[in-house]
Amino acid sequence: MAKNGLKKKTRVANHILTVVFSLVSILYLYPLVMMVFNSFKKKAFISRAPFALPTDKMFAGLSNYELGISRTNFWGSMVWSVVITVLSVFLILLCTSMCAWFISRVVNGWTKTVYLLCIFSMVVPFQMVMFTLSKLANTVQLNTPWTIPIVYLGFGAGLAVFMFTGYMRSCPIAIEESAMIDGCTPLGIFFKVVLPILQPTYVSTGILEAMWIWNDYLLPYLVLDIKKYKTIPIAVQYLKGGYGSVDMGAMMAMLTLAILPIVVFYLACQKYIVSGVMAGAVKG
Amino acid sequence: MTNTIKRYWPVFVLPTMLAFAIGFLIPFVSGLYLSFCDFTTVSNATFVGFSNYVKAFTDTSSDFLHALWFTTAFAGLSTVLINLFGLAIALLLVRGFKGTNIFRTVFFLPNMIGGIVLGWLWQVILNGVLANYGRTLVYNEWYGFWGLMIVMLWQQAGYMMIIYISGLTSIPGELIEAAEMDGANSWQVLTRVKLPMIMPSITICTFLTLTNGFKLFDQNLALTNGMPSSQSELLALNIYNTFYGRTGWAGAGQAKAVVFCIIVVAIALIQLRATRTKEVQQ
Repeated sequence: MAKNGLKKKTRVANHILTVVFSLVSILYLYPLVMMVFNSFKKKAFISRAPFALPTDKMFAGLSNYELGISRTNFWGSMVWSVVITVLSVFLILLCTSMCAWFISRVVNGWTKTVYLLCIFSMVVPFQMVMFTLSKLANTVQLNTPWTIPIVYLGFGAGLAVFMFTGYMRSCPIAIEESAMIDGCTPLGIFFKVVLPILQPTYVSTGILEAMWIWNDYLLPYLVLDIKKYKTIPIAVQYLKGGYGSVDMGAMMAMLTLAILPIVVFYLACQKYIVSGVMAGAVKG
Repeated sequence: MTNTIKRYWPVFVLPTMLAFAIGFLIPFVSGLYLSFCDFTTVSNATFVGFSNYVKAFTDTSSDFLHALWFTTAFAGLSTVLINLFGLAIALLLVRGFKGTNIFRTVFFLPNMIGGIVLGWLWQVILNGVLANYGRTLVYNEWYGFWGLMIVMLWQQAGYMMIIYISGLTSIPGELIEAAEMDGANSWQVLTRVKLPMIMPSITICTFLTLTNGFKLFDQNLALTNGMPSSQSELLALNIYNTFYGRTGWAGAGQAKAVVFCIIVVAIALIQLRATRTKEVQQ
């Protein structure tokens, strides 16, 4: 009897929780919904009535989008953001996984130093290096979207090396040794044996690095030649910087365009993103 | 095997190390050196000893000490609030009622959005609410402080929730059952069984939120830009403005950055030690 009563109680509690969480979730998503509504409002109404629906008098059609896109050259920024993120993540995954394999298989003073330096670089705040890094990057011509991935490889190497070595140390080296006895070169071993085993780590590291690089503002702002190249965060911030007072209509439209692809990407790859975060946290 | 691999070092480690030197090592060392110099660009530096540090701490127009304690207060409070909120959601969601997967998806979503975009989004919302009371986010520093707190809570609670959920689901069910059999109520199960078992998750989350709070820049820039008169400036923004907002202050800016770096590294070392002692206990 008592047990049945308890079960019923949990069931009722769970129903209540579902209802409460549904309400909280709606509230949680409300800022995003509001942003979409506001992007269709005339700008005067955004600050005057931010919570109202864009009804006939306030409705601005697509004019906010047109204005925002033309002012910031939004599609151009989108292209540069994609170029920088894809190239950087590719370069980071390839180079740091090779480096991580080397330092976990060859253990001596040098590789230990490299590992410790990588850990150290994860902790150091960007403001420590921002001035000297941007000057150096300018001198050696790393200020274009095609070359900035090298800067990202340098500054993002810490996290990636850390995640890869964490995984490789728990991997048995017996398979690698037998591949070597069969006459495989170290490069052959890496690409034919190690790389396939590492696949899950590639996915989780890639996602963590991509989230960082896509959303990064200060590094590309200081390093890139921003007269020619703007990433999405720079374009959004530029809506304010370039024209004094902010056109909130154009701003809301640009925020909507900036967030939309991320939401689609998130819903499509949710499983990998969540497991990537978990893997990063366990190692971190 | 090791000796064969060793010969391949130019292929395996050299690319990463070259980039690491350009992207981190050289800027770090020269930054450290420049904090003791008077300079406008890297090439015209002259050694001046500790005067940049003195300048940084006695600067009255953009108050470094104010930014320092403002940041400490923010990082401390946000660590507590974000973790309480994230842990509470996680504890409820692991009960496994209808819709938990959807709720998890929703709560994690804000993490995907970058700081600049988030800052502008919330500026409109918070100013819209405050307009009812005839105030704005830049009315005084505390409006910016709490505004930033709301933004960070909204963004980061979901991230911590994910980590806590993975910690909670790895607790063996027998442990909780045994405690219940012994007559422990749900509060006792939480404080005596669940919390001790997820200590690793708690340490990681505290560390992440604390360092994120200290390093916060983008949201601060987009939400209030340090206004009114740099009163709501966190350390990172204060350093940035010292560098790029004023001429002749690059040296002091670099000195501030070094102090900032030392603080963050110290937090990380304390965290590392905390984890180590826990490992011994297990």
